[in-house]
Amino acid sequence: MARNVSTRRKVIVSVAAWAVALLIFFPILWTILTSFKTEGEAVASPPQFLFFHWTLENYFEVQSRSNYFLHFANSVIIAFGSTILGLIVAVPAAWAMAFSPTKRTKDVLMWMLSTKMMPPVGAFIPIYLLFQGFGLLNSQFASRVGMVVVLMLINLPIIVWMLYTYFKEIPGEILEAARMDGASLAKEIIYVLTPMAIPGLASTMLLNIILAWNEAFWTLNLSSVDAAPLSTFIASYSSPEGLFYAKLSAASTMAIAPILILGWFSQKQLVRGLTFGAVK
Amino acid sequence: MGSIVLKKVSKVFGEAKVIPSIDLEINEGEFVVFVGPSGCGKSTLLRLIAGLEDVSGGQILIDGRDGTNLAPAQRGLAMVFQSYALYPHMSVRKNIAFPLKMANMPQADIDKKVADAARVLNLTDYLERKPRQLSGGQRQRVAIGRAIVRQPKAFLFDEPLSNLDAALRVNMRLEISDLHHQLKTTMVYVTHDQVEAMTMADKIVVLNRGNIEQVGSPLELYKSPRNLFVAGFIGSPKMNFVTGAYAQNLGADTIGVRPEHVLLSTTSGDWQGRVNHAEHLGSDTFLHIEADGIGAITARGTGDFPARAGDTVYMTPDKTRIHRFDGNGLAI
Repeated sequence: MARNVSTRRKVIVSVAAWAVALLIFFPILWTILTSFKTEGEAVASPPQFLFFHWTLENYFEVQSRSNYFLHFANSVIIAFGSTILGLIVAVPAAWAMAFSPTKRTKDVLMWMLSTKMMPPVGAFIPIYLLFQGFGLLNSQFASRVGMVVVLMLINLPIIVWMLYTYFKEIPGEILEAARMDGASLAKEIIYVLTPMAIPGLASTMLLNIILAWNEAFWTLNLSSVDAAPLSTFIASYSSPEGLFYAKLSAASTMAIAPILILGWFSQKQLVRGLTFGAVK
Repeated sequence: MGSIVLKKVSKVFGEAKVIPSIDLEINEGEFVVFVGPSGCGKSTLLRLIAGLEDVSGGQILIDGRDGTNLAPAQRGLAMVFQSYALYPHMSVRKNIAFPLKMANMPQADIDKKVADAARVLNLTDYLERKPRQLSGGQRQRVAIGRAIVRQPKAFLFDEPLSNLDAALRVNMRLEISDLHHQLKTTMVYVTHDQVEAMTMADKIVVLNRGNIEQVGSPLELYKSPRNLFVAGFIGSPKMNFVTGAYAQNLGADTIGVRPEHVLLSTTSGDWQGRVNHAEHLGSDTFLHIEADGIGAITARGTGDFPARAGDTVYMTPDKTRIHRFDGNGLAI
């Protein structure tokens, strides 16, 4: 009897989970399907789900009309650059807050998080003026640097928070033992802290690469044409030339594919990163 | 090599004076145990000696030289932590070798010293394992190994056995004592367990609320505690305290008599009482008795003493072993 109830329960939970997962995944699936349709089929009513004329035409078209690889390279530079720069800034900050906290440490952390609650557009004009003043809107190089810095800044609170929670999990006694054993601060960080923090650093890096890759507001508004990442590449298919759903979908698919693959292979690390500290 | 002298050492955390002011001498080669209830400042005192906390005032001399402001590593002391604090990502070999590597010792010397330490501590077969693959006792031995390879001036132990089960604790207690006999290095050992203190120490420092209550050899503390706190803390089960008329007749505010110094009888004695609980351990019998006109008394009898809960028993305190205390709790 109890067994039946629990089996039925399992079935219901599984069905619900699949339904929710499909619901969340559906827009992506639809985008990918649309990218293989002709423009006509893309807007056909009623929509065609699988039985249409599959074609790669959109992908060739998109590639011939714009330079995917340039935008891909820009995305890589911006996503990885901002994440690495962020880590360089955040590791010492999180280190200090985790291992020698003061009465105000919690407040500082909350304040950092609160900056994420402000709509980005609120800071747009000052940042735009700063970009203009520093000449970051002009050349490809300057614009890439500008994007790296801006995306690093907007993701910094998350990086610091994640690293802080990771570092908190490292027992202070182990670092004290290293100090007793004669390790200088540098050696303590290289031989003891870093190896212990690698899982944390890895998932922090991963999450931030994904966030930076998908970021659209700042990259759309601030990057110069030749420094624009894939978000801008997608956007260029939306309005100016009318609505070309199939091409737009092809561009979107090409833009999200790399990060989707990266995410797929590092699922375990990511989930651990996002739920770290939640259980224990 | 290995004397440690504390001169008016104090430690303040914010508003809290954890250690008001302590003077203490630890001689070369001594096994000194800091003992006291939790929160008495014993661990803090050890961390001050180690250099893991900065003193708020006073001086710490190590081998006659001022070490008050030296970094932990420069003090030449080694510490064994309660949680062992092994490096989880390193093998046992690398854990033990770590302090030597930090001292830039040539690899050949490191290998030799690690092998020696492993032999002493029975770790030779485990050198390639990671700490998580070891039992608690083995982990503790690795932590000790990491401390001894440096040949420090003194070892500092911070409650090293409290994470082990009872049987293992007794073994490790003997191992650490053996190690002290072999190495003859100064050891400072923190514990809240007075049995550990009594069995291992050359000298016990009883701490209470950041102050030293008494310093002495285990038997000195047992035989002549300076005050009520030490009298109550040293010895197990606890010393019985009796106030009122009986104490006043002996010219004291409070008298203390240890459970083992109360003679039990089923027929006659100075005090009469009813047994509340009887603990038959085989070797001994501990009786918790409500004595008429005296109060709660714990008494130790022989293993075959027949009393059960509810029985009436008679007690006679050994007059030569009664401790007398004045109104301030100081021994008379």
